[in-house]
Amino acid sequence: MSTQTLTIGKALNLGLRRVMEDDAKVMLMGEDIGRLGGVFRITDGLQKDFGEDRVVDTPLAEAGILGTAVGLAMRGYRPVCEIQFDGFVFPAYNQIVTQVAKIHARSRGKLAMPIVIRIPFGGGIGAVEHHSESPEAYFGHTPGLKVVAVSNPVDAYWGIQQAIAHPDPIVFLEPKRRYWDKAEVDTAATPDPLFASRVVRGGDDVTVLAYGPMVKTVLQAAEAAAEEGRSLEVVDLRTLSPLDLDPVVESVRRTGRCVMVHEAPVTLGLGAEIAARITEECFHSLEAPVLRVGGYDTPYPPSKLEEEYLPDLDRVLDAVDRSLEY
Amino acid sequence: MSVSSATEVVDPVPGAGAPHLPRQPDLVQLLTPEGERVEHPDYAIDLDDQQLRELYRDLVLVRRWDVEATALQRQGELGIWASLLGQEAAQVGAGRALQPGDTAFPTYREHGVAWTRGVDPLHVISLFRGVDNGGWDPVATGFNLYTVVIGAQCLHATGYAMGVQRDGSETAVLAFLGDGATSQGEVNEAMIWAASFSAPVVFFCQNNQYAISVPLERQSRVPLYQRAAGFGFPGVRVDGNDVLAVLAVTRAALVAARDGQGPTFIEAFTYRMGAHTTSDDPTRYRLASELEEWKLRDPIARVKAYLSRSGTADQDFFDAVEAEADELAVRIRRGTTEMPDPPGTAMFDQVYAEQTPHLAAQQAQFEAYQASFGEASE
Repeated sequence: MSTQTLTIGKALNLGLRRVMEDDAKVMLMGEDIGRLGGVFRITDGLQKDFGEDRVVDTPLAEAGILGTAVGLAMRGYRPVCEIQFDGFVFPAYNQIVTQVAKIHARSRGKLAMPIVIRIPFGGGIGAVEHHSESPEAYFGHTPGLKVVAVSNPVDAYWGIQQAIAHPDPIVFLEPKRRYWDKAEVDTAATPDPLFASRVVRGGDDVTVLAYGPMVKTVLQAAEAAAEEGRSLEVVDLRTLSPLDLDPVVESVRRTGRCVMVHEAPVTLGLGAEIAARITEECFHSLEAPVLRVGGYDTPYPPSKLEEEYLPDLDRVLDAVDRSLEY
Repeated sequence: MSVSSATEVVDPVPGAGAPHLPRQPDLVQLLTPEGERVEHPDYAIDLDDQQLRELYRDLVLVRRWDVEATALQRQGELGIWASLLGQEAAQVGAGRALQPGDTAFPTYREHGVAWTRGVDPLHVISLFRGVDNGGWDPVATGFNLYTVVIGAQCLHATGYAMGVQRDGSETAVLAFLGDGATSQGEVNEAMIWAASFSAPVVFFCQNNQYAISVPLERQSRVPLYQRAAGFGFPGVRVDGNDVLAVLAVTRAALVAARDGQGPTFIEAFTYRMGAHTTSDDPTRYRLASELEEWKLRDPIARVKAYLSRSGTADQDFFDAVEAEADELAVRIRRGTTEMPDPPGTAMFDQVYAEQTPHLAAQQAQFEAYQASFGEASE
């Protein structure tokens, strides 16, 4: 009875509803999230049921959303801020990096910042500029923040609840092009911890790492590789800051090979950090250098070019081949 | 506009004759620079003798603290100090307008407000000495931590006020900012939000005429208090060197906020008599004559003149306050020079409410590295 088929979008909606029922201090804030239910309808119906004081249609000002969330958090509230699209988080960047991330330390723990910043991220929806960005490295680079990315409805349902309950500020990345992907969600299950990576497919030849929208791409690549007799182990990183590399290290020590896949530009992206850490932890097991598949170091291109820009099944397999050739 | 227009002398109305000081009736004033009590049609104040003497004591002690801190910086005991010299009345007046349950969101210069909230001067000094990034308990004092990014605290104050509103609490929030901050997008966003949600917040702008070196003309073509009209709430300009007027105007705005009437913008017209910070050299951008003019409007001298002339205080009182100021200076000096450095591991503390395994490992690495020197020297 407790199992339902849910899209990622609906799973987030149900997760938000459940947490709002449990904790009267939880507030949702964002542009168009109330009456409209959000441009992706993630907050659909919540203002009607929880009222305008708890589901706040804000003025069109992202710094304002985060800055007032700081004040509300100081007052004991748990604001969940929706940034409408990834490329619109930058007006709020100052508040996130100079205030949200630092107030707990600055106040020596007297002021908690249990703020969740929900960002639909990544490309693949044929959008105009600033609607397809992958800004995770900016936030992962910032001490004081935590960053997670969900890839499926189960993690969406539980992850949003865990993130809101957590005492630290969390950038919560939602794979916007996968919002409509479906899966069975058992709402009575015991969820995995939020800050843990997960092996989502076992394999022996190459370890492939991904998060958010790229997990599906990599699983498809693993399926195709299997037909050619290559066994890929796939890890969904899930938490980008802090990283949970124990399962990754265990895997790479076994396979000797690692490919990191993300949509963000490769230079100074998450793959760079992971390559460094794997080199430190698995140096004597490596048969090949850690390879990265990611967006090119260009501004996100016009949508007619995004298929060329985004890592896809073939580019993942190409990197797997190169890794195996060492 | 050129800088010269900023130093043009306007009509010599009593107490309003020198550069920058606007003509009446733009300016709410209850005590002239000469120490004469005057009335204003919209703002009144009725303080007993004891309260008047307390305000004088606040002003003197806050100035002494500031002077001592500047001296400590010059002697290498502080990394930097942001002096409030000349702005004592604006800060003491605003701070004393707060009720115990109210909350203040300062910039990094509100030492006078900190004083009125009972924050230990040494806690404020710890920040400027480089011992701490905060320094005091913002919850217990109702005085938030200093915010160095210009104007960012105005949004925090507004959000906090939205929380006050949701809690059904009859308290108010006082957000501090300077004239330069009025150009910041976040400050403008804060005023939009405060207006849209009718949040119980008062924006208290100390217009001290300069953002480091840049005069007001570069920030605004209109008097700052008139900006409020565009946001849809009242704006008022008060003589920021008149502690009585500042107290009266701020009290009224806070009462309105607590009553659900939403925000007010207060422009406290004042002058930064010292440098922006101890790293600054104001002789590069302003005339000595301008400073001399403002010395004539000193915020403390006029209170002393009034107390003496009205017989509210005698020489014994002034001597006692002076002695107390001397004691405070000694305490600040001793407390500063004896203030210990934090342990190296302090930088890892409280980065997160739940420390990450990664950071814990980094801290352990740091501790082992530090300890290795101890072992080597043994």
